[in-house]
Amino acid sequence: MNSMLVTLVLLLLLGFAYQTGWSRSSRLAQVEGRLHSKPIYHGALVAIWAIVPALLILGLWALFGTATANTRFRTLTSAVVLASAFGTGAIGLYLARNRISARFRARNEVERIIRYLLIGCSVVAILTTLGIVLSLLGEALRFFTFVSPVDFFFGTVWNPRFSSVGTGSGDFGLLPLLWGTVMIATIAILVALPIGLMTAVYLTQYAKPKTRNIIKPMIEVLAGIPTIVYGFFALVTVGPALAGLGAMFGLDIRATSALTAGIVMGVMIIPFISSLSDDVIRQVPRALRDGSLGLGATESETIRRVILPAALPGIVGAVLLAVSRAIGETMIVVLAAGNSPYLRLNPGEPVSTVTVTIVNQLTGDTDFSSPQSLVAFALGLTLFAMTLVLNIAALFIVRRYREQYE
Amino acid sequence: MSDTSSSLPQQRQHSTIRAGIAKRHARERRFRAYGIAAICAALTAVAILFGMILYKGVPAFWQANVELEIFFDPEIIKVPERPQPQPGQSPAELEKQQLAWERQVTMVNWNRVIKAAIRKAAPDVEIDTKQALSIIETNGRYELRDMFVNDPGLLGQTVTVNLLASANADNWLKGNIDRNLPDAQQQLSAPARALADRLLEEGTIRFAFAWHLFTNVDSRSAPASAGLAGAFMGSLYMMLVVIVLAVPLGVGSAIYLEEFAPKNRFTDFIEVNINNLAAVPSIVFGLLGAAVFINFFHLPLSAPIVGGLVLTLMTLPTIIIATRSALRAVPPSLRQAALGLGASKTQTVFHHVLPVTYPGVLTATIIGVAQALGETAPLLLIGMNAFVAAVPGTPFEQSTALPVQIFLWQGNENRNFFEARTSAAIIVLLALMLALNAIAIYLRTRLERRK
Repeated sequence: MNSMLVTLVLLLLLGFAYQTGWSRSSRLAQVEGRLHSKPIYHGALVAIWAIVPALLILGLWALFGTATANTRFRTLTSAVVLASAFGTGAIGLYLARNRISARFRARNEVERIIRYLLIGCSVVAILTTLGIVLSLLGEALRFFTFVSPVDFFFGTVWNPRFSSVGTGSGDFGLLPLLWGTVMIATIAILVALPIGLMTAVYLTQYAKPKTRNIIKPMIEVLAGIPTIVYGFFALVTVGPALAGLGAMFGLDIRATSALTAGIVMGVMIIPFISSLSDDVIRQVPRALRDGSLGLGATESETIRRVILPAALPGIVGAVLLAVSRAIGETMIVVLAAGNSPYLRLNPGEPVSTVTVTIVNQLTGDTDFSSPQSLVAFALGLTLFAMTLVLNIAALFIVRRYREQYE
Repeated sequence: MSDTSSSLPQQRQHSTIRAGIAKRHARERRFRAYGIAAICAALTAVAILFGMILYKGVPAFWQANVELEIFFDPEIIKVPERPQPQPGQSPAELEKQQLAWERQVTMVNWNRVIKAAIRKAAPDVEIDTKQALSIIETNGRYELRDMFVNDPGLLGQTVTVNLLASANADNWLKGNIDRNLPDAQQQLSAPARALADRLLEEGTIRFAFAWHLFTNVDSRSAPASAGLAGAFMGSLYMMLVVIVLAVPLGVGSAIYLEEFAPKNRFTDFIEVNINNLAAVPSIVFGLLGAAVFINFFHLPLSAPIVGGLVLTLMTLPTIIIATRSALRAVPPSLRQAALGLGASKTQTVFHHVLPVTYPGVLTATIIGVAQALGETAPLLLIGMNAFVAAVPGTPFEQSTALPVQIFLWQGNENRNFFEARTSAAIIVLLALMLALNAIAIYLRTRLERRK
């Protein structure tokens, strides 16, 4: 209610300031002839001068005021803050109004402010990265005060216990989780790479434009499906089907296993690999292809011996991006990987991954002081570092590849 | 002479070439077949996925309802008359009296009323009370109570009421549970199963479209009446936050980088940064939300505003990248014409360049929002997986979201019933995403045609 009232007053201030600037400059225009800037710019500038100081004071108060203000003087301080905010707003309005003259370059000033705003928008992306790095690093360092980094990065046992047992009483070994992550990502790539690449090859080299226009969107539907849906699909359909299939051949495959999660994740990545390879293959110069065909090679020979080798760097980049996506994927593995953090070689057994463990350690309990929840940030940092390296490598390779043919 | 001497090796040469060509053509055909097989595999995956969801989910939209003749028996419902406003009575006092009366109504043994109605519907079935009530969902008694509170004149009357059958009865009647399982593994007792079968045969139990799936909130005690309304509102609030924040920020950032930014180290850094952010796993954004928004700024747990903020940061790179490519596609002649006529740089961009990119920006926004709508993992880390049995009134109240609701339902112990429920929720989510994409395509073609 209170904030609604403040917003209303701010809006009134805004409208009044704009109106003041606008009417004063248009009256001036009638007296002096043409002004440098149109009245709307004068109005906008006055409005900015009135609203920005007020907003600044209110914003600072909202961020830090509640922490410092004594409860006894809360109403008094809030009254003082509000009064000072609107007071400065009024002063800003008055000063900006007095600056209006025929030669005053209001438009240039407004445009400069717009540019600062745009820069501010771009900085949000940097702040996000900074926020990610700082928060992960900060909490991970706190975790490393409980558990030594050597035990974390090279430990082979994952058994964090519960925070109620006491601090530092569990085993926080990263390797079983990393192993599960790598195994699932490998299976996913083994599924997605042949299918995705061959799809891209067929659609770019053989298919008629009409077929291509129908099939490509149908496959790309896979990319738009939420991962929770894949997870459910893996849990309910693929897992039991694989277990049944394994039983037919006398193999012991569990319904929730690395294999289940990996195969479904592979399906999820197919459109990713196929559309990226599609782009890459289309960038191979036509002359290469025509030259090979002209020398009498069949189409498949051209593709295998000329086009794919030429497109290889791009395809490698695509695969790296796909791996990074597979490593960071969460919901499929939460539902279908079985959550069993042991070092096992058999893909038919349940495993656990870095992402699953982050979810397990941080859901329900948001007490950020025990190593049991802080470990999630150390895991997140590991994940972030891994995907960062993969992404940068992929972007680098793809960019080099593009330059080669441009 | 030379002719005959050379013809034999030549023929041999020809035949080896021919054999080689045949082999090469066979290889060509095989390669092509691999391509077709790959496409078929991908399309099969699409088909199985959608087939499974539809097969499992569509039946869940129809649920068993029991149509009972409820007799509001004065013997059982022994409550005084509803307090009426007396002259000289303050409204607060009246409200207090009415609340006390409602509490009394709640204390009535409504289960007995329901049981009497079941007995009447199937007089010759031998069944004890607990078993008979097990085919009606537990929220049935609250429905009767609400009816009575709204209209106390029902006392002594007989009304036909549609009550939801319980989740277990619904399972049994739909055949979701194996009918040949021994009693020990069945969720309903043998007499209750016989009763349900008989009521279905007589038409007392009917399958009706489950509107409550859209109007009710999640429920643990009465799973058959659980609905998506709360999750839907939560998702809606988050999408509003995403649209309000991510679009201006993303478009502004794209404009700066594409139109104003000088080419230097700093802008290069921003660019690499944005490309990287686009590929950061979503769960890392969840960790950021937990550490910064929850732990540092102490925003409320499980609130859509926090979820919206996290998803905003996540969709920002998508919108920036797409808007930049839309801006890059605007022909330079447009900018040159505007600048040549004396427009300032800012005027050129905002009056002439940006309007051309609206279709692209719109598509980017909708793709980003659709992506955010389906995201689950980061929301789990900011506590949106809490059980919330209310529709959130503001973005600051506790709530859940559609994909998180799917996650919660798939984990429910009543597997048989909730597998179908989860699929139904997935259908709703996919339908929403499909609608978003359809809107995007429609608007884009419309806007592009107008140019």
